[in-house]
Amino acid sequence: MVDVVTPLSDWIVILPLVLCLMGAALLLVLRSFVRTQMWVCLVVVLLVLVCDVALAMRVFDDGPLAMTMGNWMPPFGISFTADMTGAGFALASAFVTLCVVLYMQSDTPESAVRDGVYPLVLLLLAGVTGSFLTGDLFNLYVWFEVMLIASFGLMVLAGKPLQLDATVKYGILNFLGTTLFLVGLGLLYGLIGTLNMADIVGRAPQADLAPLTAVAALFALAFGIKAAVFPVNAWLPASYHAPPPAISALMGALLTKVGAYALLRTLLMLLPAARETLSPVLLAVLVGGAVLGPLSAIAETNLRRAIGFILVGSIAILLLCVPNASPIAAGGAPSAASGGLLYAFHSILTFAALYLTAGLVERATGQTDTRQMRGLYAANSVLSVLFLVLILAVSGVPPFLGFWPKLVLLQGFVGTGDWLTTLTVLLNALLTLIAGSRLWSHIFWRGTAERAALPFRAVSATALLTLVIVALGLAPNVMIAAAQIAANDMLNPARYIASVGLAP
Amino acid sequence: MIEPVFAVLVGTFIAAAAYLMLSRALVRVLLGIVLLGNGVNLLIFVAGRMTRAAPPIVPGGAEAIGGAAANPLPQALILTAIVIGFAMFAFLSVLVFRAYQDLDADHSDRMRVAEPEGQPDPPLEY
Repeated sequence: MVDVVTPLSDWIVILPLVLCLMGAALLLVLRSFVRTQMWVCLVVVLLVLVCDVALAMRVFDDGPLAMTMGNWMPPFGISFTADMTGAGFALASAFVTLCVVLYMQSDTPESAVRDGVYPLVLLLLAGVTGSFLTGDLFNLYVWFEVMLIASFGLMVLAGKPLQLDATVKYGILNFLGTTLFLVGLGLLYGLIGTLNMADIVGRAPQADLAPLTAVAALFALAFGIKAAVFPVNAWLPASYHAPPPAISALMGALLTKVGAYALLRTLLMLLPAARETLSPVLLAVLVGGAVLGPLSAIAETNLRRAIGFILVGSIAILLLCVPNASPIAAGGAPSAASGGLLYAFHSILTFAALYLTAGLVERATGQTDTRQMRGLYAANSVLSVLFLVLILAVSGVPPFLGFWPKLVLLQGFVGTGDWLTTLTVLLNALLTLIAGSRLWSHIFWRGTAERAALPFRAVSATALLTLVIVALGLAPNVMIAAAQIAANDMLNPARYIASVGLAP
Repeated sequence: MIEPVFAVLVGTFIAAAAYLMLSRALVRVLLGIVLLGNGVNLLIFVAGRMTRAAPPIVPGGAEAIGGAAANPLPQALILTAIVIGFAMFAFLSVLVFRAYQDLDADHSDRMRVAEPEGQPDPPLEY
């Protein structure tokens, strides 16, 4: 039993989550007030964002922060542990959700509001934030399911055959992914008898390596399905273009990244010994995904499906640091792991903005297929600038946001003399640039079109997100420093374990 | 030692589930999901060790259990997993039924609304 009461200021670890869940409950109570739903949702997300900023600043200064529930000593109680990785991703997620909620009002019909689209958005954010901040593996599974059921609802809400078809594939494959995660969890519990992440780090080295590697392989498969890693990615381009663009943006930005985060957390921090056996397989798969994703995007003409394929390529780049991860020398050069974490942060922001811009393009042209889009450059020049900036950011052209993570990744890869991964990152950047500029010239450059009026709030939400992306690209120092801290705590989790209150 | 028997049983469950989920008929896939969920629950139960110990109830006035007791944690985990799995299964069944009504298909080969077949080639020039 714990007799020490958690200091009130430490409650900030759990506050973003409480706000999301309470906000969703409040919105359900207010469901007959259709007009107020969006504003209440906006205020709640804003509060969550403020909490996440405070949490991230505190973690940046003082190191990981933990809180264990229910008067039980860790490792028995369920711990919430915010380290720089989790806090940073939670912050990016809340900001993206804020922009998406601002955008949503313009293309959400009243029937969708009555059906509870705003509570579902808050529950999705709760699931995502919970996954990033939890320090317990079974609790991670629970947040995965919270996120999953909210995303099912959001994806199928419009209820047309297109959404039904997409949700059947998305739902069944993602549920299979989380069930495989549960299999891994059960086996891990049988092996080492604990599910607290900090405790797993301490106990895993004593366990038999062969079964531990099997567990790690199950985790890699399960989170690979969730993150749409190349050979198990088929559900992503089949489903992410079906819901309204704002929902696509939420899913593209948050859901795949939660899968990638869980993969990084388990393979980098929890089971580093097993990772080394899995590395060759992961490397082959990720190199394949990094090349084939953007290649598929070049051959795709449906705008949001093409972005889905670019996303598949970017997930592979994000995870390339897993097979390459090596502990950082004290004060040494940036490692590939910090590049991967930084890439995830960038990917959350940039893909949300890209999907939102795609939504605006679809609205302006009334089409979803780039074959039928033309002449938007003269008609809506703001859109063409937004789209071009985001394409450059995604492919990693300086000075935009995508450049810095790729730079840090490349520094790490070149530093360890890993030429295969170095070339993969460069080739992926080139192919993504080709795919993106091809989309841009098809949509904007040929023919002429009538100017279509776009809702001001949707354009300004997208522009706000893009401005933040540009600003972060121009001033990346704090971000890179935070990624270094995050990678250090991930690869050498002594501070993480100490914050939970266990002996390292 | 009853564990190996249970391990084989879990394996049978999961193999049958894999067989059903490989089918293109969605109703079989749903049945596969149910079987898989039950197999996993059994797996967690076995992972918590199977003993003939006493139920894990702290006697009145005491702070801890004296002597060997059954492990209560797997049961809590399974309970959570059952509830979640049941909710997911309920949702997916309704979803598949709606898809059957609207798309007139319970066969995944005939569900091509989101990914249409026979699209013309992408344009080669700008």
